[in-house]
Amino acid sequence: MVTESAHERWRRLFDAASSRRENFTTMSGIPVAPVYGPPDAEYPGLYPYTRGVHSSMYRTKLWTMRMFAGFGVATDTNARFREIIRSGGTGLSTAFDMPTLLGLDSDNPMSLGEVGRCGVAIDSLADVRDLFDGIDLATITTSMTINSPAAVMLALFIAHAEASGVARERLGGTLQNDILKEYQAQKEFVFPPRQSMRLVRDTITFTAAEMPKWNSISVSGYHIREAGSTAAEELAFTLANGFAYVELAQRAGLSVDGVAPRLSFFFNAHIDFFEEIAKYRAARRIWAKWMKEHYGAKDERSWQLRFHTQTAGVSLTAQQPEINIARTAIEALAGVLGGTQSLHTNSMDEALALPSEKAARIALRTQQIIAFETNVANVADPLGGSWFIEELTDEMEREAEALFAQISKMGEGSMLEGCIRGIEENWFQRRIADSAYELERSFNSGDRIVVGVNDFLEGNSDDDLATLRITNEDEKRQLARLTAVRRGRDEAQVQRALARLSTEASDPSINLMPALIDAAKTYATVGEMMSALVVVFGRYVEVPTL
Amino acid sequence: MNVRVLVAKVGLDGHDRGIKVVARLLRDAGMEVVYTGLFQTPETVATAAIQEDVDVVGLSMLSGAHMTLAPLVVEALRERGSDIPVVVGGIVPPRDIDELRGLGVAAVFGPGASADDIVKAITELVPHSI
Repeated sequence: MVTESAHERWRRLFDAASSRRENFTTMSGIPVAPVYGPPDAEYPGLYPYTRGVHSSMYRTKLWTMRMFAGFGVATDTNARFREIIRSGGTGLSTAFDMPTLLGLDSDNPMSLGEVGRCGVAIDSLADVRDLFDGIDLATITTSMTINSPAAVMLALFIAHAEASGVARERLGGTLQNDILKEYQAQKEFVFPPRQSMRLVRDTITFTAAEMPKWNSISVSGYHIREAGSTAAEELAFTLANGFAYVELAQRAGLSVDGVAPRLSFFFNAHIDFFEEIAKYRAARRIWAKWMKEHYGAKDERSWQLRFHTQTAGVSLTAQQPEINIARTAIEALAGVLGGTQSLHTNSMDEALALPSEKAARIALRTQQIIAFETNVANVADPLGGSWFIEELTDEMEREAEALFAQISKMGEGSMLEGCIRGIEENWFQRRIADSAYELERSFNSGDRIVVGVNDFLEGNSDDDLATLRITNEDEKRQLARLTAVRRGRDEAQVQRALARLSTEASDPSINLMPALIDAAKTYATVGEMMSALVVVFGRYVEVPTL
Repeated sequence: MNVRVLVAKVGLDGHDRGIKVVARLLRDAGMEVVYTGLFQTPETVATAAIQEDVDVVGLSMLSGAHMTLAPLVVEALRERGSDIPVVVGGIVPPRDIDELRGLGVAAVFGPGASADDIVKAITELVPHSI
């Protein structure tokens, strides 16, 4: 038997892949190969995927330009979604408001001042219907950034899609559903960690059985980094959480190959250009090795780490906000050179407010310049082989492995237990806060320069940028919508569905998705469904630490 | 006598990077800092501030709810007969600053405010500390 060389294998995969152009050349006409390196180099599309998950990378398909949007009431966000699709956006990503993210209805007293502010307010099936009105859910993929109430939102989405004639099997998209990083970094939690993980388990097994095109979790380092971690901590904590979800699914009876291909990842693109590129390369390599060697995955798709990237919100400055366009462009370029599958570029005004339509358009245009003008997407992993990048990639891997060893030790060999105990003992939270503090001190001492903040201040007093203003009118509009929903529904049906939900929640062997979909169809609200679960699961209170 | 500051997150906003960093920077400057954790209400903050006998209350807000919630904290303190000054840090558009001050907020620190700015402003709010 003749063994195929890595190059031959890559060539076969590459030749089988489609190409978005016939020829690729530089601007001046020099022909460009799909990948460069010595004959014994690693190849994209081959294990351990350091150089990319696809053999042809962006020659077949550019990354998805997925712009995150959501504000006001559902009809407002629907208009923004349509604008994104008209401007050439190829995927939708929904930002929910704080009450929705915490499973509270808009008329809950704690929601005061937050309704429709940081994202769109969703209380019931009526809001989901308006949110996706006129958008074909069978053709566009939808990402929903929600965690504690992720199962509830998935149920509402399925209920809406099926009412509009799209079967759940045809729905493509991603639920963020990454509860571990909520306790570690973003802090939008409701239930205690172990009860939350029951809901995550239910979404994993439900989508594995019924929604072949759905990514059940977007394992997210973005928020860990935004909360202040280093690049290596972002990398290690995110992948450790990914391992934890794999172990959770295994405990529920799925094989590693039954869950791993449905996990996607979400990383930050911060301003240290080469470090970020090394982080993405290391992430792919580590995931592939752990899936294959540690968890015994056989399916190549289990080895392939696919990820979304968002530029770093925390790198944006309120001073001279226009210069954020330059920061975002550099960060976005790192994501592309690192081989991201989809990308969100932040708007220049986001240190001041939610993005205006104009600022959001400029952010999308930034991606389009990278995609269509610069030619950087024509070669896979163009920085592979750089001594600096290769060494930085190796160092990222070493640092991550050292952190995995600590997490595994906390869990006595289990990454799932290690992640949960690390949360319960504030280990992750403390490390992230320590790193944030160290970074801040380097800004305060002037050791690190941030243009417009601690140096190059001329221009800081220029006129205000026109920013989006969310008024309390949105809150009033949403309250009126919610009142109408409550008035128009069959209350007995709602109560019956909520009672079923509580009953089934108290039996850990039951998958809660069917009961949630049933409740969604009765127009039970997000807050009511979450309350029915809180009765059984309880609430998590973080011990405040500084 | 050390300046005592209660730092608080009011409402649903879970972004706690800023509050934790600022709390440590205030400690570095010799202040005593009390942190009451996430998801507080104006009432719980006012009650804790009075019980802890702090000199200043600092609110960290990144979700855009500052116009609604910050004045409610001021009001809750005044209703309880306290004149403890309230300062706000976070993502506050410049156009909101004057209005917040008009509603009784003593100082507002936007993104990029330096540790020195914050320490100086808080120190000036506390007569016995100067």
